Amino acid sequence: MNIDSQTDAFRHVQTAHCENGVTTALLRYHGLDFMTEPLAFGMGSGLFYIQIPFLTVNNGPAISFRTMPGAIFSRTCKSLGVEVTRKKFSSTAAAESFLDKKVQEGVPVGCQVGVFHLAYFPKEYRFHFNAHNLIVYGQEDDRYLVSDPVMEDVTSLSKPELTRVRFAQGPLAPKGHIYFPNKITPITDDIIRKGIIKGIRRNVRDMLRIPGNFAGVDGIRHTSNHIRKWRDKLGLKKASLYLGQIVRMQEEIGTGGGGFRFLYGAFLEEGAAYLQDDRVATISEDFTKAGDMWRASAIKMAGVYKGRLTEQKDFEEIADMLLDIRLVEKEAFQKLSKLNLGK
Amino acid sequence: MKKEDLPQDPGALDKFTREVCYVKNDDGKYETALSRGWEVKKQALDSAWDEVNERIEEARQAVVRGEKSPVHYFMELRLMDLPVLAGYTGFFPFFIKRHLKPSVFEGLSERKLEKYARAFDISVSELKNFKG
Repeated sequence: MNIDSQTDAFRHVQTAHCENGVTTALLRYHGLDFMTEPLAFGMGSGLFYIQIPFLTVNNGPAISFRTMPGAIFSRTCKSLGVEVTRKKFSSTAAAESFLDKKVQEGVPVGCQVGVFHLAYFPKEYRFHFNAHNLIVYGQEDDRYLVSDPVMEDVTSLSKPELTRVRFAQGPLAPKGHIYFPNKITPITDDIIRKGIIKGIRRNVRDMLRIPGNFAGVDGIRHTSNHIRKWRDKLGLKKASLYLGQIVRMQEEIGTGGGGFRFLYGAFLEEGAAYLQDDRVATISEDFTKAGDMWRASAIKMAGVYKGRLTEQKDFEEIADMLLDIRLVEKEAFQKLSKLNLGK
Repeated sequence: MKKEDLPQDPGALDKFTREVCYVKNDDGKYETALSRGWEVKKQALDSAWDEVNERIEEARQAVVRGEKSPVHYFMELRLMDLPVLAGYTGFFPFFIKRHLKPSVFEGLSERKLEKYARAFDISVSELKNFKG
């Protein structure tokens, strides 16, 4: 199928996470109606854990519960044999004219943006975070029509507003980054099954066998060890803020709850149906359990930053909770690793 | 998380959108549901903002006391750190650190002030004349 023959109107899809959403909506637009957020997330091996050493973000620990920005879209498209075009720009004028050309052709495109100047975002969420994603799918009265996957409805941005967020600065600066599926070949159930298996395998590798002690399931233990020291090393106030930062990375808009663990559980449930393999569905339950445990740890952490819990033993208890979560996730990925799903 | 346990605590997102969460329905299957927010994370966000506002206030007082230049205050006001401000101005962090000193700030050229003003979304005179 060639995308030139596509005439269907673009349909907004609301998802938990922006990159999953852009991937899902763009692939659906190009006729892959089976695409869902959990499938995009799982094929893209989206689940992860990392505490990046020596780096602070917004004056707190740099922790992520998902894989690096851009990877989900790339991997999912690659698994499905979808060719992708990506462009970054050094000049704003070139970035604007390329976007205008695509809009005139009627092609919806993904754009990476910073949220600090994103006009429609609530002020409370506007930090300098440069890996947000949205879709531009048309133009009306000089305003770009924007589908932001985390929102219930579509919205719009003026040209200066859009250019500004496409050229946000700082870490992960988007540099006008624009991307879209280019060429799509017919997709069989077999290709989908292979994509699911590949996604699971890569996720097993990332969580169990990544070198170093600060990423994958071992990264959870790394953070746990840090938490035990925070109260003495940083003082109660800063230690509370650090815990608050973990909760925000884990539960804020975009995660689907439980640090993406529920989303991964949903993927395994959906994957089990494609693979007709009940064992995969059973392991989905382990991720539900992990998600619930992450949420329980968040409630405990909230006790600290609300000022209700102040003792070192509270920090120890939180650290122990993280160790338990690590075990659950480690066992779940070991089970996935042993499944022998075939190629 | 079961569907009936999904929190619906109004927060900062309330006037903006509800968010998609993945929950278990009565049959034990995953489905999506919309949430207005969760008290636990609302408080995390609130305490992050309390911290931001404290930093801004401290920066303002440092300018009043003549210890820091207005660049320091506006950097905090715009939630920036050195790498972000370096991105918006094109100055290396090493030089920005120097520009945080009032004595060095006094001698900055109009062109450099303009770059800062643009990064902070203010006019050059607002930047130059900020006394805290």
